[in-house]
Amino acid sequence: MSKELIRLQDLVMEFDGEQILDGINLTINDHEFLTLLGPSGCGKTTTLRIIGGFLNPTSGDVFFDGKRINDVPPYDRQINTVFQRYALFPHLDVYDNIAFGLKVAKLPKAQIHERVQEMLAVVGLKGYENRRTDSLSGGQQQRVAIARALVNRPKVLLLDEPLAALDLRLRKDMQNELKRIQQAMGITFVYVTHDQEEALSMSDTVIVMDKGRIQQIGKPEDIYNEPQNAFVADFIGESNILDGVMLADYKVKFFGRTFKCLDAGFAPNEPVDVVIRPEDIDFVPPEEGHLTGTVTSVTFKGLNYDIIVDFKGFKWLIQTTDHQAVGSTVGIRLNPEDIHIMHKSEYSGMFGDYSSYSAEYDELTEDADDEEE
Amino acid sequence: MKKNNSLLLSTPYILWMLVFTLIPLGVVAYYALTDPNTGVFTFSNITQLQLYLPVLGQSIWYSLISALICLVLGYPVAYFIAHQKPVAQKILYMLVMLPMCMSFLLRTLAWVGLLQDTGIINNLLSAIGLPRLQLIRTPAAVILGMVYNYLPYMILPLYAVIVKIDKRLIEAAEDLGCTPVKVFTKVVLPLSVPGILSGVTMVFVPAVSTFYISQKLGGIDTVLIGDAIERLFKQANNPNLGAALSLVLMALVFICTGIMNRFGSDEEGGVIV
Ligand SMILES: Nc1ncnc2c1ncn2[C@@H]1O[C@H](COP(=O)(O)OP(=O)(O)OP(=O)(O)O)[C@@H](O)[C@H]1O
Ligand SMILES: [Mg+2]
Repeated sequence: MSKELIRLQDLVMEFDGEQILDGINLTINDHEFLTLLGPSGCGKTTTLRIIGGFLNPTSGDVFFDGKRINDVPPYDRQINTVFQRYALFPHLDVYDNIAFGLKVAKLPKAQIHERVQEMLAVVGLKGYENRRTDSLSGGQQQRVAIARALVNRPKVLLLDEPLAALDLRLRKDMQNELKRIQQAMGITFVYVTHDQEEALSMSDTVIVMDKGRIQQIGKPEDIYNEPQNAFVADFIGESNILDGVMLADYKVKFFGRTFKCLDAGFAPNEPVDVVIRPEDIDFVPPEEGHLTGTVTSVTFKGLNYDIIVDFKGFKWLIQTTDHQAVGSTVGIRLNPEDIHIMHKSEYSGMFGDYSSYSAEYDELTEDADDEEE
Repeated sequence: MKKNNSLLLSTPYILWMLVFTLIPLGVVAYYALTDPNTGVFTFSNITQLQLYLPVLGQSIWYSLISALICLVLGYPVAYFIAHQKPVAQKILYMLVMLPMCMSFLLRTLAWVGLLQDTGIINNLLSAIGLPRLQLIRTPAAVILGMVYNYLPYMILPLYAVIVKIDKRLIEAAEDLGCTPVKVFTKVVLPLSVPGILSGVTMVFVPAVSTFYISQKLGGIDTVLIGDAIERLFKQANNPNLGAALSLVLMALVFICTGIMNRFGSDEEGGVIV
């Protein structure tokens, strides 16, 4: 893409002796839509606050346009922020909230008016100028927060889970809207979310974080198709993750069987994690299958069925539009492109086993996710 | 059912109000509108009150100045306390409250001891060879007494409001280009307005009706409306005129709080005590 705009180098952040960020290195290019993705508490907001200038890293440097900006206060950075909970000014109406930055910058009144009106149109809030911010719905407040930041035409906009409080429908609309605004105005977006779907659909670059460390940086497709470790594979979509051994280049052995794959460059006989995406697996009659197993549960999910198949005591999740009866014996074939090989990591063995899978379990974890917000 | 319960629960208070507030108020109004000698209905007490206009003006003037000084002194203190760690906040809050635990009379008398012609300050001055100063029996001494006594009433509501200002609003202001000074003028101060209004009211109301402070620390030219009322009752033996003056004072306090509330009602959480 285009040229580098922001670079974080060896960022370490400690709170009360606890290491929250552990050596963050990344570059953000001009006009890029970059997303920080990771579970709650992994340090996304902390990273964003360091870029915005609200936190000073314990060690490490922040560069903007090649200049070190560690000691530049927030008001001198060409960066604006949409905060995790909006932080609209309660003593100002919608118009004055949006005009705030321009008034501070002492722009002529006529120009302020013009730009605020323009922003109101962009976020679809024309006619709401004189409303109190606490009389707006969550989605409207959200759009005021976005307008308040964008009206200053920053080089970079930081967005901290801006859509987390919205319902699914509105969230989808706002995702499209934000993407459109970003492209139309040519602003660099640094976007924080813990919603993997949102990250994949909106971003040019996704950074997957966990425990204060970057797990993987890449284009959405690459992150999805070539996860670098079991954490990424599990966090981005569903994955069956199995123990395997890389016999030689393009040859992997698991479940006592040797499969062809597309991966190379591993040590001979290196133990590896094998990822198989649930939607990549096709059923075949048992006699034609590489593996045969027994269907233990079937859940209708709207677009597809989530089918759990027991292969020799190891349960896989398979997503397919073909219905299978519980208890029936099925076969599967694995093509080389369906098999992804990863080096072993600290996350090996923690994810990708659907033995305890049940529809209820799934719902429970979703509820827990909601409560965190 | 619920309504009945709340009515039942508030009965003691309503009775209390009736016996100790409304009935006495009626008595005051009765005295204010009757002739001291004949006891017949008259407005003459009210019309006589124009004699007291200068005293009334002086009371308002002193109280306003005191409230203003309290605001200027109290705001930084409240701001400071609100920005300490929670434990330090509690301790500092207690310290602000502490003088209020001491008798009001004692606090004022302590100032007499300090300021009087043969008081601690003047003795000190003459000991080092400087001339004695006229400290007591001056308007400044009265205002000093008011500020000293009522400063906590300013700090506490200010603190309560400032401590609730969301830190993220300050970050948002910085994010939008505000230097620390502008953060203060554009966000913190406007959001403190409810606290300022309530603090000013809480200082002004007791200050405007005080008599003890002006009697102990003031002179003949610093008579306040509270003094005048006391004298009418105790020395001039004219309770009717005193009652009329009390009514006027009460009306004044009502009007002041009303104005403050009007200002505050635009602001979020404009609670006035
Ligand atoms: N000022 C602070 N003092 C102490 N600990 C902090 C502070 N700010 C953040 N932390 C800790 O740092 C960790 C990372 O926090 P951060 O806000 O960056 O997480 P996050 O990835 O944004 O999570 P979420 O998705 O829940 O917003 C958390 O464990 C949090 O408790
Ligand atoms: Mg966060």
